[in-house]
Amino acid sequence: MNSTAKIIIVLTIITIISGAVLAVLDSFTAPRIEAYQNNLKNEAVAQVLPKGVKVEEITKDGTTIYKATKKDKEVGYAFQVSGGGYQSELVIMVGVTPDFKKIIGTKMITQVETPGLGTKIEDDPSNKDNAGWFMAQFAGVALSPEITYVKNAKPSKANEIEAITGATISSAAVVDILNNGIKEAKALLNK
Amino acid sequence: MNKKPAIQEFLKGLWDENPVLVQLLGLCPTLAVTATAENGLAMGLAATFVLVCSSFLVSMFRKVIPSQVRIAAFIVIIATFVTIADRFLAAFVPDISKSLGPFIPLIIVNCMILGRQEAFASKNGIGRSLLDALGMGLGFTATLLVLSSIREILGAGTWFGLTLFPSEYAWGAMALAPGAFITLGCLIAAANLINERRKA
Repeated sequence: MNSTAKIIIVLTIITIISGAVLAVLDSFTAPRIEAYQNNLKNEAVAQVLPKGVKVEEITKDGTTIYKATKKDKEVGYAFQVSGGGYQSELVIMVGVTPDFKKIIGTKMITQVETPGLGTKIEDDPSNKDNAGWFMAQFAGVALSPEITYVKNAKPSKANEIEAITGATISSAAVVDILNNGIKEAKALLNK
Repeated sequence: MNKKPAIQEFLKGLWDENPVLVQLLGLCPTLAVTATAENGLAMGLAATFVLVCSSFLVSMFRKVIPSQVRIAAFIVIIATFVTIADRFLAAFVPDISKSLGPFIPLIIVNCMILGRQEAFASKNGIGRSLLDALGMGLGFTATLLVLSSIREILGAGTWFGLTLFPSEYAWGAMALAPGAFITLGCLIAAANLINERRKA
């Protein structure tokens, strides 16, 4: 057999087999992976909204927003916001009151920041009793004027949070992402 | 072809030609994912799986694959198994998959695996190639397990998540990149010392 033809045939066969094997594998694993991610999302939605509410999914312009109602009365909205952190994309689930005046709760979904420094936004081992204090302090924060952060001090205004010492960029990124994301969602819902 | 007893092909990967300590191959995952013992073990086993499967196929088809495109063929075969390992971890142990992040897909360019295909599996029979791959894979896994155990115990005071001592006494730098370099350097020095003593 001509050697050029052999090269083409052998490589083609190898890649076809490889593609077929992966396609079969994907049909088994994709549903499981999707179920896991949905599960994570639903847990996050439940965490950032008040307890005992009915959650309904609405999609507007390609964005999914979770509307929480209690006895047919709106009690909050939850949605995912994202943006650049110090070295990774941060994805955060946030719940807000129906009038968009206050945050109900936040939950970090993905972050791959510098281990031991930026990762404190999700898990701060130096604060033993409350390792998730950074994200937790957003609960109840006022949204107008927009959220700001203070360094090395306790927040004194309703729209302030305390940044993490040694992780100011990651802290500021979380604040920016929340401000921008909430603004976009507010515009989307015409609130 | 070589006349070494087949068992030698298996044993050499564990110590004499250990991929990390002697050949210094696959150092990127070695340094990056060994902050915890669980991650080190998972990375070692995933790489072993890819290495054994790839060596099996490459040695089986070594006479069919034209030498001009052998690297391309090896990479496609390796990438297929890496994707299998990656999807499998994501579906069944999502927490480990999340903490290993991009380092599982990056097994594709782990030079230990490509190196074994080029240096061994493409020149030897299926049996010997499997033994070689298994030895190299287990040598890699064992080294990663030792390295990650040292780093997790010193850096976090835990081993496989079990608390050994309170984390105030942990040496945080061991969990970061410098800890990986320092520990790996000490391990290689220790291996060289042991080898010199054995020769003497």
